[in-house]
Amino acid sequence: MLEIAIGIILGCCALGAGVAMIAGIGPGIGEGNAVAKACEAVGRQPESKGAVTSTMLMGCAVAETTGLYALVVAILLIFVAPNIMVNVLLRAIG
Amino acid sequence: MRKKGRFFAVVDFLYICMMIIPILAGITLRILTKPLREGINITGAQIYLKIPMPFQDLVITESQINSWLVIISIFGLCLYLTHGLSVRQTSRRQRVAEWIVEKTESMVRDSMGEYFIGFSSFIAAILALSGFSSLLSLFGLYPPTSDLNVVAGWSILVFGLITYYKLKCGPLHYLKGFTEPVAFMTPINVFGEIATPLSMAFRHYGNVLSGTVISVLVASGLQGLSNLILGWLPGILGEIPFLQIGLPAILSIYFDIFSGCLQAYIFAMLTMMYVSSGFPMEDYFKKKDNNKKHNTKKALEVK
Repeated sequence: MLEIAIGIILGCCALGAGVAMIAGIGPGIGEGNAVAKACEAVGRQPESKGAVTSTMLMGCAVAETTGLYALVVAILLIFVAPNIMVNVLLRAIG
Repeated sequence: MRKKGRFFAVVDFLYICMMIIPILAGITLRILTKPLREGINITGAQIYLKIPMPFQDLVITESQINSWLVIISIFGLCLYLTHGLSVRQTSRRQRVAEWIVEKTESMVRDSMGEYFIGFSSFIAAILALSGFSSLLSLFGLYPPTSDLNVVAGWSILVFGLITYYKLKCGPLHYLKGFTEPVAFMTPINVFGEIATPLSMAFRHYGNVLSGTVISVLVASGLQGLSNLILGWLPGILGEIPFLQIGLPAILSIYFDIFSGCLQAYIFAMLTMMYVSSGFPMEDYFKKKDNNKKHNTKKALEVK
């Protein structure tokens, strides 16, 4: 019985990590849009390439934040959560 | 060119040693203390020392040691670059040092304004520390920036700076800033204030760590693939890791070099933006002018 419980905990942690990383879609689309617009801007005004590039990198970094939150949650679920959950379970059983 | 004595060369050599020896020491420490493991896996910072303390054990980890090594190394680099400065007949290293100073000053002036020009040394320090910490992974050492605690420390420092500049007009002005634009937005503004250091720390840490994780995954995948292709050969022939040579280096160019430098740049840019946008410049100068007028009026009255 205990093995099944621990197995469920591990499996759900892995599933949760996978589901959390779906959030990677958002930053992907957003950054793609930003880079596309930056390319357009450089094509229109090649002389402002430096300013456009640095602004785009800043914007990409800020847009990436949500994806990184998802990454942190996924990493916590894979490396940290199983230990804690199994300990809680063992303590509950006694 | 001015003749430089033997003493100059000796000091130069000492500075170069100061740059290189910390890295070598880090590599030796890593080799001596790293436990042998089978295969490739992802681990956090290794704990070297535990000092018992009343509330919680003080833990000395790899990331602390490595960041101190980086600090010593950068200090040696700075001493080396600024050794033997002269007004005329500039040497090559003086030109490099001047280029660094001018670049950071123009960066600070562009994004923060003339008032904050004193920030350029702080920004250069952040850039150098963050960049070199991330580049430390090129030597096979644990990069301190992939530890959340290190980056969180930096972002708390930046948060303190932001709050200091927001408090320049007095605590009442600072508290009033939370109720703008409408009063019921206050909780959202408070959360936004707390989220600033949190997002800065997570951004830097997540970017560096995700690079590490993906590199390790790709390396282990390549290991499996080369096992699949050559595994049927007998003896040592079957264990040749021919796919792992060179291919992970392509990823390393992006994740270690480009991403590390980009994150340093972004951390510095965000610091500048947050500090300069948090400082109520107009109100501060208005208040200062009023104070000055008030003081002069008082002085006239006394006369």
